[in-house]
Amino acid sequence: MSFLELRRVSKSYGEGVAEVHAIQDVDLHVEGGTLVAVMGPSGSGKSTLLTIAGSLEEPTSGEVVIDGASLQAMSRNDKARLRRRTIGYVFQDFNLLAGLTAVENVALPLELDGLSGKKAHVAGMVALEALGLADRATHYPDQLSGGERQRVSIARAVVGERRLLLADEPSGALDSTNGESVMRMILAACKEGVAAVVVTHDAQLASWADRVVFLRDGRVVDQTVPPPSPEALLEESSRSGPWR
Amino acid sequence: MSVRHAILALLSEGPKYGLQLQKEFESSTGEVWPLNIGQVYTTLQRLERDGLVESDETESEGPQKGFRITDAGSTELSSWLTTPPDMTSPPRDELVIKVLSAIRVPGVSVHDVIQVHRRYLVELMQQWTRLKEDEADFDLTFALVVDAELFRLDSVVRWLDMADGRLKRAATEPPAPSTTPRLARRLVVRR
Repeated sequence: MSFLELRRVSKSYGEGVAEVHAIQDVDLHVEGGTLVAVMGPSGSGKSTLLTIAGSLEEPTSGEVVIDGASLQAMSRNDKARLRRRTIGYVFQDFNLLAGLTAVENVALPLELDGLSGKKAHVAGMVALEALGLADRATHYPDQLSGGERQRVSIARAVVGERRLLLADEPSGALDSTNGESVMRMILAACKEGVAAVVVTHDAQLASWADRVVFLRDGRVVDQTVPPPSPEALLEESSRSGPWR
Repeated sequence: MSVRHAILALLSEGPKYGLQLQKEFESSTGEVWPLNIGQVYTTLQRLERDGLVESDETESEGPQKGFRITDAGSTELSSWLTTPPDMTSPPRDELVIKVLSAIRVPGVSVHDVIQVHRRYLVELMQQWTRLKEDEADFDLTFALVVDAELFRLDSVVRWLDMADGRLKRAATEPPAPSTTPRLARRLVVRR
């Protein structure tokens, strides 16, 4: 069963002649343990799709279902609880709080959800350790490199029992090596059963996904089919080696 | 890639046998591109003819015959390593021609044509990326070969994205009058 479902979701802004359709009739299903990438140019509706999937924005029409529960039927408080407990967000510009250390940033959503400071701190340390950042736990964001800041934001997104990870251009301005590390971490979360959606215009990031969905002008126009085994690729390469 | 220069590079480490060269060549390309032993010996014979390598002064041919690089071979290798390949003019690229042709064919959406190729390339990239997933099985030379392929495919996807956007804008905006002489904008295309 899909952990996240978007059913004929549309979102428009403005009215009459000024109406702009950000996304139209989007269907998207993401199972637990699966990484889906949404690719499209700027203005294609990628970020809108993500904010609606994460209950940060209401669709104009259509339905969003997370873990079998429709968001429309939920109260404001229920949605807030869902965001705190179930959904982790990773943003392009990290969105870490400058006045908190790395571990405090990671532990914050758990504390907001009612966990004691001590328990939240322990869970935060576990998440940082898993991403190789234990020695940076007491550093403030401005004492961390860009790659480290993004790893902290991924730790924050997967801490606790989160089962849905939503990432908007998660490699941001990071170089290719750090971008690859970010995708490896998201993939590792998926191997633990997390459902993840990454929106990006970057084909190299998208190629880490199990499925790539293409958006154009707010509509899903295409998606990849599961790729054959990579061994077939190597056999093909050996037949057409690039030497002369 | 030049087998000739790859063999010179392997011999720059010290004298080697043909079979050893074949194995080291495959290992140095991450075993993505196997090399026929016959091709190794043909190349060695040509290198010897050109004075770039020399062989043991034994009568024996075959796997026990050793080869070493000459001074001329070392000079040739240094020169090759630092000479950029000819990239001054664009290659005659089949994908570029398909997209340019799609613009002119009635009833065909060039955007749909672009999407078909974009999806194919991303699917290929997914396959190459699968090879990177298990870092434990991922040696350095293999990683470099896979990265090279991913960046090559990525550059084509980027071109398709750019073309898609440019064609979309061109459909809604009239072209600005050109101030550049037509002749100066003509490109020489490599065959």
